[in-house]
Amino acid sequence: MPDTPRPPLTQPRETAAKVSELKHVPPQTFMRKYVFSVDHKVIGKQYLGLALVAVCTGMLLSWLMRLHLGYPEVAIPGLSTVSPNGAPGGVMTPEYYLSLMTMHGTIMVFFVLTTAPFAGFGNFALPLQVGAEDMAFPRINMMSFWVTLAAFLVLVAAFFIPDGPPLSGWTAYAPLSAVGKDAGPGQGMGQTLWAISIALFCVGQLLGALNFITTTLDLRTKGMSLGRLPYATWAWFITSVIGLIAFSVLLPACILLILDRVGGTSFFIPAGLVISDRLQPHSGGSPLLWQHLFWFFGHPEVYIAILPGFGIISQILPAFARKPLLGPRVFIACLAAIGFLSYTVWGHHMFLSGMNPFSATLFSVPTLIITIPATIVTLLWIGTIYGAKLRFTTAALFCLGFASVFVSGGISGFFLAQPSIDVQLHGTYFVVAHFHFVMGVAAMFGIFAGTYYWFPKMFGRLMNETLGKVHFILTFIGVYCIFMPMHWLGLHGDVRRYSAFTDEYMKGDIPLHKFITVAALFTGAVQLIFFVNLIYSRFKGPKATDNPWQSTTLEWATTSPPPFDNFGGHPPTVYRGPNEYGTPSPSGDYAPQFTPEPAGR
Amino acid sequence: MTPALAARAPAVPARTGVWVAVLAISMTFAAVAAAMIGRAGAAPDWQQFRLPPILYVNSVLLMLSSGTLEAARARLKHATPARAIGGSASQWLALTLGLGIMFIAGQLLAWHALATLGLFLSTGPASAFFYLFTALHGVHLLGGVIALVYALHRVRQVGPAAAGALGAAALYWHFMTCLWLCVLLLLTIRL
Repeated sequence: MPDTPRPPLTQPRETAAKVSELKHVPPQTFMRKYVFSVDHKVIGKQYLGLALVAVCTGMLLSWLMRLHLGYPEVAIPGLSTVSPNGAPGGVMTPEYYLSLMTMHGTIMVFFVLTTAPFAGFGNFALPLQVGAEDMAFPRINMMSFWVTLAAFLVLVAAFFIPDGPPLSGWTAYAPLSAVGKDAGPGQGMGQTLWAISIALFCVGQLLGALNFITTTLDLRTKGMSLGRLPYATWAWFITSVIGLIAFSVLLPACILLILDRVGGTSFFIPAGLVISDRLQPHSGGSPLLWQHLFWFFGHPEVYIAILPGFGIISQILPAFARKPLLGPRVFIACLAAIGFLSYTVWGHHMFLSGMNPFSATLFSVPTLIITIPATIVTLLWIGTIYGAKLRFTTAALFCLGFASVFVSGGISGFFLAQPSIDVQLHGTYFVVAHFHFVMGVAAMFGIFAGTYYWFPKMFGRLMNETLGKVHFILTFIGVYCIFMPMHWLGLHGDVRRYSAFTDEYMKGDIPLHKFITVAALFTGAVQLIFFVNLIYSRFKGPKATDNPWQSTTLEWATTSPPPFDNFGGHPPTVYRGPNEYGTPSPSGDYAPQFTPEPAGR
Repeated sequence: MTPALAARAPAVPARTGVWVAVLAISMTFAAVAAAMIGRAGAAPDWQQFRLPPILYVNSVLLMLSSGTLEAARARLKHATPARAIGGSASQWLALTLGLGIMFIAGQLLAWHALATLGLFLSTGPASAFFYLFTALHGVHLLGGVIALVYALHRVRQVGPAAAGALGAAALYWHFMTCLWLCVLLLLTIRL
């Protein structure tokens, strides 16, 4: 059922382009064009490139961890060279395992799941979708990327210092993260680098969110009312608001942590704390304070990772179903509800922290409530493809895969939201399986769907569909083989963060760990198909037309790839919402936002 | 999404951007304030000290600077090419800048006063939060100083056409003044 055309809710913004202070003169030098570029499309690609490097690093770390979990006695070739202390003879120490885990989590959550779907695709597509020439503050946008890159370099520098990387997890729980070297190898310089890196990352993302919000509010082209914004733009906009608040809290938290480590303060370190037989020279701090500050950021961060995926799927799926998205207003309301509720649930990460059981109930209820809008969104997708003649492109397949892994991972969330059950499961592989499915793999599938969908717009060439489908099927099977058995392991008592399960009780689980390890190696190797496809299609793929998927949104109104100022000096006018699929019109079975109303409507 | 938006003035991204920044910075200070309240309740080691009196002088300077900034804006608003009031606007603006820099210098003097009393960052939670709050505010105010320098440059260059840039900078500056008064209140009442 297509939306009936309505007059725009706001007056046309002819003045918007005029007030933009940037003069859009295409850059001439290589450095200005590709390195220190202020063009949002280049910055988006830079973010995606950073995410690609980060995801390879993170995956390599997970391979090492999985190898050790499956084959605890076997030496990993070359590892002793990388870290003579962490892996003497090639067999990693439990501490080194924790280091790898910390770096894997930090790199993946911050530098992949935040940078790719939000900063990467958002930067590339948001100004195009609202019909702007660029972001509102292009120089700040460029700064956002370079600060984020610096954050990444500071983080990976921890691998190259004598003590090695930190080992207190991506959540860096105090007091172990705050006391310094006494807490173990890597807790000296490595942990300080971690805190500096995350503080820098916060700055980068705050600058990005500032741009996203201002661009969406102020730089919309003529006729682009808020009610006509594409769903991906809505998702990026709401994610920016969430990020703006979340990173604003993590930033001072990191500053407090750094001060505890190097400034001699006692924000997080309690009195009389003895670590490694040494009385810590601190008094009165509260370790729980760190957890509150961290999770006040940490839970919304989950939605920063997944909401752009929601938007991307909701935009891509109708284009391949050739049907409008079911309930577009409900979808946007659900995003907003999730955004709001994400700030009321952080305590469900802390059921084990010893906080008051009454508070646990208080956090449990909104946690259960937040599953309602998330479920509605999933049902809207299913309703959208119901009865549709779906075009099974790779992007569409990854959308379906997204829905599948999101539901698979989301269902275990119902269990974990109850404090009484969570107390049993929180420290086990059950939680590992839960968040890898619902946040990690789902967001990755969103990234893949976005890549296959926007690649023609980014590079002017189509990706290879056969390779894409093989990539999808093998990845889909692979991730289920990795993470489904982890639920069982968790119920069986396999504790998170253990480097190996070699004692009598746990030994029986080793074959299953071996299976997961093999599945992880396989799924990782399968990603080579994706890389080959990326590189091959970039140079040899068939040339893409302006609108190869027959989509409705504004990025498809311009050439593939778009010129420096996006629309060649003629910003498009918007005539309708982004949801008009299955509508007979001069363009075919859909009506793009940028073509005038067909006669008689 | 209300009809009221239809009658809105043309969008000024710089102003919207400052509002977004105001939200983010408020959140940062709220987080530190929450941490302070939490930390104060966590252990009985809070030792309140008397704030250096110069802080109140600084506060007056900062409030004055907000006033002079508004004077500059008013001068710029009524400027016409015939009457070169742009020059007078930039004088008020320079005065604002001077007051802002005096405020920062005054805050450094307050730090010095605390240090002579033997109160350092690591001495106790009260002093730690004092240094943290004043430093955080100072860094953000330096951003405001840079914005004012830019606005001054624009006013001298293009005169009344710089009203948009000056308006955005003024919004930020007034927010810094309000924020400082909130911080001062928080440091004075000490839970």
